[in-house]
Amino acid sequence: MHRRDPFTLALLIAPAAVVFGAFFLLPLAELFVIGGSGPQGWAAYASVVTNPRHLQSLVSTVTLSAGVTAATLAISTVSGLFLVRNRFPGRALLLAMLTFPLAFPGVVVGFMVIMLAGRQGLIGEATHALTGGRVVFAYSMAGLFLGYIYFSIPRVILTVMAAAEKLDPQLEEAARSLGARPWQVVAHVVLPALKPAFLSAGAICFATAMGAFGTAFTLATRINVLPMVIYTEFTLQANIAMAAALSFVLGLVTWAALALARSFAGSTVAAAG
Amino acid sequence: MRRYGPAFWAQLSFTLLVCALLVVPVVLSMAAGLTVNYFVGIRSGLTLRWVAEVWALYADTIRLSLGIAVACLACTLVLGVPAAYVLARAKGPVARAIEELLVMPVAVPGLATALALIVTYGGAGDFRRSWLFILVGHVLFTLPFMVRAVLAVMTSIDLKTLEEGAASLGASFVQRFFQVVVPNCASGILAGSLMVFTLSVGEFNLTWLLHTPLTKTLPVGLADSYASMRIEIGSAYTLVFFLMIIPSLILLQLLGRRGRR
Amino acid sequence: MSGSFHLDGVPIRLEGCARTYDGGVRALEPLDLSIAGGETVVFLGPSGCGKTTTLRLIAGLESPDPGGRVWFGDDDVTRLPIERRNVGMVFQSYALFPNMSVADNVAYGLRVRGVATAERRRRAGEMLELMRIGDLAGRRIDQLSGGQRQRVALARALVVRPRVLLLDEPLTALDAKLRDSLRLEIDRLLRTLGVTAVYVTHDQAEAMALGDRIVVMARGRVAQVGTPREIYYRPADAFVAEFVGTMNRLHGQAADGMLALGGAALPWAGPAGPAEVLVRPEDVALADADAHLRGSVAAAVFLGDRTRVVVETACGHTLTVDAAGRAAVARGDTVGLRLDPARFLSL
Repeated sequence: MHRRDPFTLALLIAPAAVVFGAFFLLPLAELFVIGGSGPQGWAAYASVVTNPRHLQSLVSTVTLSAGVTAATLAISTVSGLFLVRNRFPGRALLLAMLTFPLAFPGVVVGFMVIMLAGRQGLIGEATHALTGGRVVFAYSMAGLFLGYIYFSIPRVILTVMAAAEKLDPQLEEAARSLGARPWQVVAHVVLPALKPAFLSAGAICFATAMGAFGTAFTLATRINVLPMVIYTEFTLQANIAMAAALSFVLGLVTWAALALARSFAGSTVAAAG
Repeated sequence: MRRYGPAFWAQLSFTLLVCALLVVPVVLSMAAGLTVNYFVGIRSGLTLRWVAEVWALYADTIRLSLGIAVACLACTLVLGVPAAYVLARAKGPVARAIEELLVMPVAVPGLATALALIVTYGGAGDFRRSWLFILVGHVLFTLPFMVRAVLAVMTSIDLKTLEEGAASLGASFVQRFFQVVVPNCASGILAGSLMVFTLSVGEFNLTWLLHTPLTKTLPVGLADSYASMRIEIGSAYTLVFFLMIIPSLILLQLLGRRGRR
Repeated sequence: MSGSFHLDGVPIRLEGCARTYDGGVRALEPLDLSIAGGETVVFLGPSGCGKTTTLRLIAGLESPDPGGRVWFGDDDVTRLPIERRNVGMVFQSYALFPNMSVADNVAYGLRVRGVATAERRRRAGEMLELMRIGDLAGRRIDQLSGGQRQRVALARALVVRPRVLLLDEPLTALDAKLRDSLRLEIDRLLRTLGVTAVYVTHDQAEAMALGDRIVVMARGRVAQVGTPREIYYRPADAFVAEFVGTMNRLHGQAADGMLALGGAALPWAGPAGPAEVLVRPEDVALADADAHLRGSVAAAVFLGDRTRVVVETACGHTLTVDAAGRAAVARGDTVGLRLDPARFLSL
């Protein structure tokens, strides 16, 4: 278009840029500086690996997030592909229910886990009735695992289904014309074609699990994941510098996970909260 | 209709199980919020007592959350729609870098963003104590969703040619923007708005650190009730929360289905 | 179409208009061109030749490099953006607004000009009637066929009474049959409206049918400007000769007023020495007894109204010849060809 356009475009994005710079970039820079201003100085940034307690929580957070990612991808792929490849009465309703908790906040998800596996939860009641014992795991790493899966399934299912719907049906037909059995079609054609979707959905899932706070907060403050450690450092120990350093590192890790997935997937990996 | 094989039934069962995992606790919590005594069970009778108690205890958190959500929506519309337009129009590394930056608040954990805001602006007493402090956090967190929803629609239509068409008919930039660009992105703006509203009403990660005793939002109250109230009150409160976000979630689903067709 | 709607065509003049894109790519070498008021000029060329860039310069969607000037009559419009040039433009993809009905699309130009609602509804209605799509006024854009969209786009461009009508490959998106009938209709419209029209296409048949004059372009330069007949029968260079229609090129030896071509000798007015002769397929005839050249048929394609025959001659030439539709020629046949020196073209 005309050559004065760049000016108009700059003017239009200016408000967002100003707000973003003043309330995100500047504070992040400040956070970075504060992180290095505590009694340990810049060494605080290394404490994630040098402090055994922090290292332990980093390891358990990463392990938990990786496990959640793997489990969610597996579950969502089975159900998502099933819903894409089959038409049956009630399918729309099923799909609606599966994607409905999309925007539930972490605290509410934590409460859902309590409803299922808490002291008065469904699983506890059921096992009590069956065996006399009461299975309660909501207030532990297992509860957090369940909560994060709960939280991630809707989003991952949507991503997998959107990608599966875009697959050219002729690819499958071609594989079948060459003699591939149904499982071979899935293994050789469908799953490889969905790889970018897996990468992007998995990255979002991982990043969200790494940084999630509400669910852990609802279930128990003693669960040893990094966001809880940061929160404890900040509120109970008033160690603002350490909290700043740890949260900066955490932010860096999650952002890097998404950026990495994006560079591999090639397409847009949409981050999500 | 063709006959379904065993593989179909196996997959259907699995999917139903997953669905149950998601839906059963929602139903349980809704029931709990309406049951006289959850420990005894539904046979203790149904009541609205807990809902009334939630209202008495937490009405101002509900009002504040709604207010912040509306304000947040207004901010993301004003900031996000023009920004999405610029990102759709401008090509080149600078635009892509800005796009990458704008999405960062979603990738960076809310805890980190909240801490960053506190260490930077925590000293500004009046601002720190007002609900605007929370609003800033919500705008940062939700802006990417608005930008992405609008940008998705803008890149799917031939925006440039439509605009040239309007310009050839004599429309000025402002006329083109409001009479051609915005109406043709309406579905994206609506989807973005619903998402922003829903996320803002439920935002906890940032808000827990940003709130003060006088600026408690609904999720802050929820966490409080889960920790210190009986399960029926927590449930009734959750029920109120569901009632607030369900309409926009349903609209989002309808919108998504229409878009997929 | 109605004669009551008439526009005053304004002359267009381009002076030294070049266009260089960021990164130094020259899309258009400096161009000087005058278009008379009411004239229809067609820019013809392969993709990337600069024809669309020229159209966008006239439209005001792009600015020429410094020094270039665009005049509409006595107005220097170089610095005016498109929205202030009062042009009508038909886009290749039509650019109809999906958020507006057919009638609202057509009335949009009047709306931004501040014309009152009743008045613009009336004028949009008239224009739709003129385009014979009055019954579509309330339709949504996605309910229209390609041909209907085309008419809406034309109506929308014309209703504002533009000084200049610009058409960017308006028929390219349509199928062949529709293209032919709409081409006739556009032709009639342009003749009766009196508007100055600039039409861009890569289709030579369209260019021949519509243009008062054709501007053939190649690689950012004007190769030739002329009437369709001039372009066809007096091509300025080898590119024009090859691009417009089909051309045979024969090489012979001239001496003493005769041209030796294969085994034949033809009367020749040109200088002695090696000579190149250009001849159109329809100017070569199949012949028996009085043939100048003989060869075998490499391909024969029946096209209904004619049969296009490719002949490889004994002297090493390959000629494309248009024979009558009913001519019975098949691959492998030996045929004779008769040439008429009066119809030879030269560069």
